[in-house]
Amino acid sequence: MIVGTGTGRFGRAGMYLALGLCALVALLPVLYMVSISLQPAEQAMSDSGMLLPASPGSAARDGAANYGSVLGDGTVDFPLYFRNTLVIALLSVAGVVVSSVLVAYGFARVPWRGRGACFLVLLATMMIPFPVVMVPLFVIFRSLGWIGTFMPLWVPAWFGSAFSIFLLRQFYLTIPRELDEAARIDGCGHLGILLRILVPLSLPAILVVALLHFMYVWNDFLGPLVFLTHRDQYTLALGLELYMSRLGTTPWNLLMAASTIMVVPVLLLFLLAQRSFIEGISTSGVKG
Amino acid sequence: MTWKRTLTGLLWISPWLIGFACFTVLPLVLGAWYSMTDWTLLEAPIAVGTEHYARMLGDEVVHAATWNTLIYIAITIPLLTIVSIALAMLLSRPARFIAFWRVAVFAPSVLPLVALATIFKLMYDGELGVINRGLEATGLQGPEWFTDEIWAMVAIILMNLWVVGPAMVIYLASLRDVPRDLHEAASIDGVGRWGRLVHVTLPMISPVILFNVIIGLVNAAQVFVVPYIMTGGGPNRATYFWSMYVYDAAFRYGDMGYASALGIVQFVAILLLTIGLLLVGRRFVFYRGAVS
Repeated sequence: MIVGTGTGRFGRAGMYLALGLCALVALLPVLYMVSISLQPAEQAMSDSGMLLPASPGSAARDGAANYGSVLGDGTVDFPLYFRNTLVIALLSVAGVVVSSVLVAYGFARVPWRGRGACFLVLLATMMIPFPVVMVPLFVIFRSLGWIGTFMPLWVPAWFGSAFSIFLLRQFYLTIPRELDEAARIDGCGHLGILLRILVPLSLPAILVVALLHFMYVWNDFLGPLVFLTHRDQYTLALGLELYMSRLGTTPWNLLMAASTIMVVPVLLLFLLAQRSFIEGISTSGVKG
Repeated sequence: MTWKRTLTGLLWISPWLIGFACFTVLPLVLGAWYSMTDWTLLEAPIAVGTEHYARMLGDEVVHAATWNTLIYIAITIPLLTIVSIALAMLLSRPARFIAFWRVAVFAPSVLPLVALATIFKLMYDGELGVINRGLEATGLQGPEWFTDEIWAMVAIILMNLWVVGPAMVIYLASLRDVPRDLHEAASIDGVGRWGRLVHVTLPMISPVILFNVIIGLVNAAQVFVVPYIMTGGGPNRATYFWSMYVYDAAFRYGDMGYASALGIVQFVAILLLTIGLLLVGRRFVFYRGAVS
């Protein structure tokens, strides 16, 4: 019945309709969040209220009031949580980058027995969900005296993350080995080859690893929930949940303003680097 | 010389080896041991053998969490697979502003799940939410999402449609690798669009489908944040999942032994499901290189 490649006039119109619809549905939560965050409480909490703010003027006024209240009324200390999240994320990203750059070299460029088997084990560790190990990990960190500090959330990152190592190894493999040889003739050892050849050439991949890990830490909820015990050490993810439970009667305009504050940094990072970001993720499925 | 090379290799990957030993192997071993003890963190653990595992068999909460998690996996994975392949096929066609469409569809996947779940909690709200008001506008009466046991589960499952980004992007890359001449040859033979999808596209991307299904399984089997924020496991434990019980047993009831046993069972279950998928997948997956 259906013959043709779908490039006729009707096919193209249908395609654009489908694209527009998908984009609208996908962006609806974000648009809705921003819209509600710019409305006064009466409108956001009324079932006859409009979906959009009444006017640009009212949006600016109510938005300022809502965001001011979220950041300043002391229900939950979001500026502090923002700083905490940033500190943990930066320490963690630095660790993942340094360790994964090194470990990926061992998997991509140093030929040794058992490398293949070790790499398979590395891939398999990605299959172990956090809830499976979180109880014993809590016990381990508790006996080290780390519970109640940021350490459980960033120290493990300094021992590499399987996904980052995998991604960097795949990238190293695309770099011609002749460059290594040239460097070796110039008297470089393994470390010299890594620092002078591979690292400069794989900066885009390193950036993707850093970005993906930053977002992972920024978005992580269960890790902080298990390991952070003091209110003044919470991350934004925990802060948002605490805010929701403290507000009680759910003034949605304030909750959406708080959500926006948490969402904007990751959304901006994603938009700035969307291209390499999406490429980085598609690499992970290539091996099939 | 080989032992020296092996030593060099091990030295290079030593950060990961140490991390693997301390943060993966050790917790699994300790978890297996704790699972056979009674322990509240206050006193020394008391060995109880397999008591916790026997207790699980009769634990109503375990039954609820098992069913919910299995149902969630069984519905989410096919749904996500179909939707992400369909989206990838739509976004792989030549169109204007294709980068914009891709970014728009991918964007919600980078949002923190806590924030996304908070937004959806409002969107699903019976009176205020945009979903029920949209249904009302078309003359339909939306359900009370979070007070109905079945609709609460549906709400959590449907929210996954907004985080298909990574799977979709992987399908997108694999669709690019399907040789055009196969499609053309099938077209010339009079195979319709549906036939080409079933007999050309899907077999060619089947290794990637298997990969995404396994990733999806591991993710679905540990679902926690969305039900924790949106429903709190309710109503009446209808959206209470396995990971929530692990968390509650350990950090709400302080029963580290039982929580560890729950974790071990989760680990073994995921392992068995993955192996099962790989075995089943081997019969359906078509590897291009393997064709004679």
